[in-house]
Amino acid sequence: MEGAWVALALTLKVAGWATFLNLFLGVGIGFAMARWRFPGRDLVDAALTLPMVMPPTVLGYYLLVLLGSQGPLGAWLLQHFGIRLIFTWQAAVIAATVVSFPLVFKAARAAFETVDPQLEDAARSLGVSDTAVFFRVSLLLAWRGILAGLLLSFARALGEFGATLMVAGSIPGKTQTLSIAVYEAVQAGQDDTANFLVLITSITCIAVLLAAGRLVPGRVPQRQ
Amino acid sequence: MRHIYLFTSQFASRRVASAVFRFLAKTLAMAFAASLSLGLGLGLAAQAAQATQTAVLTVSAASSLTNALKDVAPLFEAAHPGTRLQFNFAASGALLQQIDKGAPVDVFASADQDTMDQAQARGLVRAAQRRNFASNRLVVVVPSGSASAKAPRALLDLTEARFQRIAIGLPASVPVGRYTQGVLEAAGLWAAIKPKMIGAHNARQALDYVARGEVDAGFVYATDAALMPGRVTVALTVVTAKPIVYPVALVAASASANAALAQRFVDFLGAADAQAVLARHGFGKP
Repeated sequence: MEGAWVALALTLKVAGWATFLNLFLGVGIGFAMARWRFPGRDLVDAALTLPMVMPPTVLGYYLLVLLGSQGPLGAWLLQHFGIRLIFTWQAAVIAATVVSFPLVFKAARAAFETVDPQLEDAARSLGVSDTAVFFRVSLLLAWRGILAGLLLSFARALGEFGATLMVAGSIPGKTQTLSIAVYEAVQAGQDDTANFLVLITSITCIAVLLAAGRLVPGRVPQRQ
Repeated sequence: MRHIYLFTSQFASRRVASAVFRFLAKTLAMAFAASLSLGLGLGLAAQAAQATQTAVLTVSAASSLTNALKDVAPLFEAAHPGTRLQFNFAASGALLQQIDKGAPVDVFASADQDTMDQAQARGLVRAAQRRNFASNRLVVVVPSGSASAKAPRALLDLTEARFQRIAIGLPASVPVGRYTQGVLEAAGLWAAIKPKMIGAHNARQALDYVARGEVDAGFVYATDAALMPGRVTVALTVVTAKPIVYPVALVAASASANAALAQRFVDFLGAADAQAVLARHGFGKP
């Protein structure tokens, strides 16, 4: 049963890192997509949303081909830095980040689009720099929507299975997250372990949802 | 004049846009409905056809048998008109769990005796109809690209630092992993090699890890290694304490209507035609 706690800690670590990375990626790209008009914007939006609708095995295969030691990026990393990503917890983070990215990106874009451009213009007319306008006006007004997206992406990253299994494998204590540990226990007929693992997973998910419910609706001060 | 022209053209383009949108929405909805009813219709038709003429036999077999059994299937179907084989390939241990939880399977072919013994002990297969039909060998493979000096010459070499990652089937559910663990334990190397182990969920996954160069070596079956001659190189053939012999048996829960046919398939695997196919894929006599 000790293995279950190790798997839980690893799952939280992977999901935490994925969410942290998505905070920057999702908010940055979401803001850019909300503000910039350029030809092919809808196409870019669709491409960025793709990881949400594509089967995780397809994503896993793409990542494996790209990051594998014979893949373009993987070979480059191996040659110049001696880094082998596949079968490491960092690979699990990459898989979870890609899979949960659209949840933050979509939420951030929608949140930024609801910000009244007049408020940003007003700030600018008072001589505030663009960076300051972003942090003191746009981001403050969009924060609640972004937080909701981040919590959803954390929950999605917690449960990630397919892509993670393909690029990170199933190494106990290193890359074996809760969902993969459950799969392995069921395949091996270890029903006791499986029961304990699904119990932990269920409690963790409920805790995350409860936390999300407390954080998101109306508790974040609104500034208007 | 110009204003009016602009206004009307804008108005017209908006009308065109909305008409195009409505057309697209309608087409999409119709396509969706059509594909749904077509899928449902085809599914029902296929089921009806099966019910009237085709008997479907479900065979759960070890992953290492994938290519060989797919080649055996047309021979059996030709010899028994109106019969169709459907295969479910996975690690023997995973197949055992599926049968244990009530999966509708007629025939079970495992890659080792242990898994079949467990199935028999739980009353999941009919002991009287159990027989061995093929044998295999355990080999150590390395990615073909790696320098020949890197290839291990003995099991002991795998403990060296140049072998960082070694693909081994998960012993709890994958027979090839269990054979590997047995060999390494007998050689006193299991403790040294276990930390390097990258667990595979079936025999074919270990092969794939080696072929992609993601591990430095892997323990696989000789028949699997032969599937990727350009991508993996056999470095060692390992002698296992227990011979690698594949048993097949009738599943106890198999529908009685299928039992006679299932028996014929079990017999067919031992007959000359099927044995020739198995031999072509590198399997030995049981």
